Amino acid sequence: MNKQYEHDWKTEQSDGSTVFRTCAWSPPGCHPTSCGVELTVKDGKIVHVEGDESQPITNGRLCPRCLALKDYSYHPDRILHPMKRERQHRGQADKWVQTTWDEAFDTICEKVAEIKEKHGAESIAVYGGTGREASMFYWPIAYSVLGTPNVVYPLSGVSCYGPRQMTAAFILGAGYPEIDYAAYWPERWDHPEYELPKYVVCWGKMPLYSNGDGLFGHALIDMMKLGTRFICIDPRVTWLGAQPGNMTVQLRAGTDTALALALIDTIIKEDLYDHDFVTRWCYGFEELTERASEYPAEKVAGICDIDAETIRIVARLISVNHPVSIAWGLAVDQNPNGTMAGQAILSLAAITGNIDVPGGLTLGSPFTNMGGWSGNSMQFLPQELVDKKLGNKTYPAFHGPNATCQSDEILDTLESGQPYELHMAWINSTNFLSPTCSAQPERWYNALKDMDFTVAQDTYMNPTIQGLADYFLPLPTYAEHDGLVVPYYGANNVWTACMAKAVDQPDTRSDLEVCLELGKRLCPEAWGKYETTEDWLDEQLMEAYGFTWKDFREMGMYFPGNEYRKYEKGLMRPDGQPGFNTVTGRVELFCAAYAAWGLDPLPNYEEPRFESVARPDLAEKYPLIITSGARTPLFFHSELRQVDILRSKNPDPIIEINPEAARARGIHEGDFVQAFNMFGHANGRAKLTETIEEGTTHMQHGWWFPEGEASFPNLYGVFKSNFNNLMPHECIGQLGFGAPYKSMICEIRKVDSLDAEGPAVEDPLNMSNTKGSGMTPGYFCTEEKAV
Amino acid sequence: MTKNALFINYEYCSGCHSCELACRNELGLSINEWGIKVLEDGPRQFDDGSWQWDYTVHPSSKCNLCEHRTSQGLEPACVMHCQAKVLSYGTPEECAEMLKQKGSKSAIFMP
Repeated sequence: MNKQYEHDWKTEQSDGSTVFRTCAWSPPGCHPTSCGVELTVKDGKIVHVEGDESQPITNGRLCPRCLALKDYSYHPDRILHPMKRERQHRGQADKWVQTTWDEAFDTICEKVAEIKEKHGAESIAVYGGTGREASMFYWPIAYSVLGTPNVVYPLSGVSCYGPRQMTAAFILGAGYPEIDYAAYWPERWDHPEYELPKYVVCWGKMPLYSNGDGLFGHALIDMMKLGTRFICIDPRVTWLGAQPGNMTVQLRAGTDTALALALIDTIIKEDLYDHDFVTRWCYGFEELTERASEYPAEKVAGICDIDAETIRIVARLISVNHPVSIAWGLAVDQNPNGTMAGQAILSLAAITGNIDVPGGLTLGSPFTNMGGWSGNSMQFLPQELVDKKLGNKTYPAFHGPNATCQSDEILDTLESGQPYELHMAWINSTNFLSPTCSAQPERWYNALKDMDFTVAQDTYMNPTIQGLADYFLPLPTYAEHDGLVVPYYGANNVWTACMAKAVDQPDTRSDLEVCLELGKRLCPEAWGKYETTEDWLDEQLMEAYGFTWKDFREMGMYFPGNEYRKYEKGLMRPDGQPGFNTVTGRVELFCAAYAAWGLDPLPNYEEPRFESVARPDLAEKYPLIITSGARTPLFFHSELRQVDILRSKNPDPIIEINPEAARARGIHEGDFVQAFNMFGHANGRAKLTETIEEGTTHMQHGWWFPEGEASFPNLYGVFKSNFNNLMPHECIGQLGFGAPYKSMICEIRKVDSLDAEGPAVEDPLNMSNTKGSGMTPGYFCTEEKAV
Repeated sequence: MTKNALFINYEYCSGCHSCELACRNELGLSINEWGIKVLEDGPRQFDDGSWQWDYTVHPSSKCNLCEHRTSQGLEPACVMHCQAKVLSYGTPEECAEMLKQKGSKSAIFMP
């Protein structure tokens, strides 16, 4: 057996305690990074959290969130029993009463049957959040437990991961492309096939704090020590980009596509591209050359507010040096022009010969062998229900089992009742009323407050559940249940890790346990064959790797290995032929699928829709660009605000302002300030920093105040420091992807407190209140054009 | 017995706060007590456009260099959990040797 660890998963100590070895995922929230943890348990409680040095990626290192696991697990606010409340008491914190799982499941089955009978199964929608293990299970909850095709990730333009995954699927015919940090083998950097990237481009991404989708961020520091240099493309200078030897291209927020095209143009004009790879494996190079020629460095320097020479320097660094890897970040998704940026970035990696080579951009196989259960659960839905999935007529890229509904379309449906009414909501591990995954959160609140029936799963009460739900089903932490950690949610199968239960929290149920227990009642054809969760885990592991859960628990992690240059070896296509799994069999610099849909097949720059170039009229009133979403190592999105030790290091929502911009507004360090625009306002505390240009600001996301009044209308103050108030609904890009969470505009003023009222919402574009304003170009496919 | 020391290679400290949390867990400190603190110099930009932005750590008077861990052959909690792997523990002589080897952006603390 390929055992990765020297020690057992469970070790009895002489003092009566037991040490359990496990790999962390969630809750508390994180990406599937699989950090190695050793938990000392005594009398059924965790008494000590220690990093596991034998985990080959994290080597014993832990971030503050894992180190605060005891605080999170045993916090007095944590909910450890199922709770219920009458529908008419939504929003009233004092009306919850404890119930049993049997009663909860009985009532849920009864209500589901009633709603299906009256309105059809499609009137149920499952709302899921980001990062957590739930993101592998809200699909089966919808498809093979509740029996609805509607899985909703309510962030406008589904602006997280989905756009990049879709872009990789169309351009490369592959799963998620990731920088090569030697993660495929336990021997890591010493593996004979591995080569260290000379440069890594962090494009709109700060992995040290975000650990996006499974990338252990501090692996970048390991690489830096070995000699890799970093080029950060970011409107905010980060610590990584400020280090000697690294550099930052501080572009104007939202202009990423223009920069990528200028880099392509420079590399082609200076004949620095990889002729062999382009000739053999790329489709549409001439067309791309022509398109990129519209974006010479001099012109783009003006667009991006940077020097033309900087563009040329970066172009040469990433083409003359080899290998080079590009970490594309959330900024690619949070932009109506983002799928174009993503296409251009992948094109850059392709023409510089960095696709699926050692030290380049690794490719997930399109045929994942772990995690397939999420999308495969759609097989239990009858075709007539699959066809009713909301949004897939308007947005063809949202077809298929692994695509959510188009999020903006869901809010439209909730409000209009068209094409059918939604009557039941299932909220799993998302707090979308907080400034995380929605836009115009009060609109979402109003659209969902009158559902016939709403169930939520989480570990703590939060504003979304307090405002909207009737049942609270408590989840166990990663230490309290068995599960599989699946990096990149299966889209790049670098390893699979074992999340082994160390302590019992008897009245909680994991995502898998809820699927199994409720599934047995509602959809026995999917779940009837499993007696226990172990049966289910055995099946996943046996099918993928040929070993059982108990074996896997001893192993701890499994590395299935990697082949570089899969396209040369026939490992990318279902027919086993060399090439990529795209329409043309090549990397589609010119995307045939986009062309077939009547879309621009080449990357095309679109000005940020609200910034001063596109809207000088708005810039007069709202002269600052505002971005959001930068991480801290202390919180995961809206989580952990109630854990004092973490909160003490970041007590208030921070708004970063350049000192000059602050001076002009009479703002000092630590002042309460308000960011406001035509759509709404959000209050925070000023942090003055030169790392952001004078015309740009940044506001932290995720904020709510667990210490505040819980009941409606306050809902823990969720609307007062809510960046998403400033975001329009449905201002999205091509194919229904990308909203401008990182390129909005605002003005900032000093206020007295975080409770300060904002100016009246003027909404000159009428975008926060109605569908289909003139600002949303018809870039998406219409029903007639859909293939 | 000679007191041991902490060596930090602050070229790579990312300011992630893991040392602070690990230390708090180990020493059972209350919320306002810290056995080690992350300090930040910068960010500020020099006239040539380059940046000064360093994080480093400073052990407080609560730091006992994790006697109970080191006596069992374990590393101090901050050293073990440091995400950037910039901390080391050793005798003053060993730390001085690390300092010499590193040659820049490093320091030794004897709390």
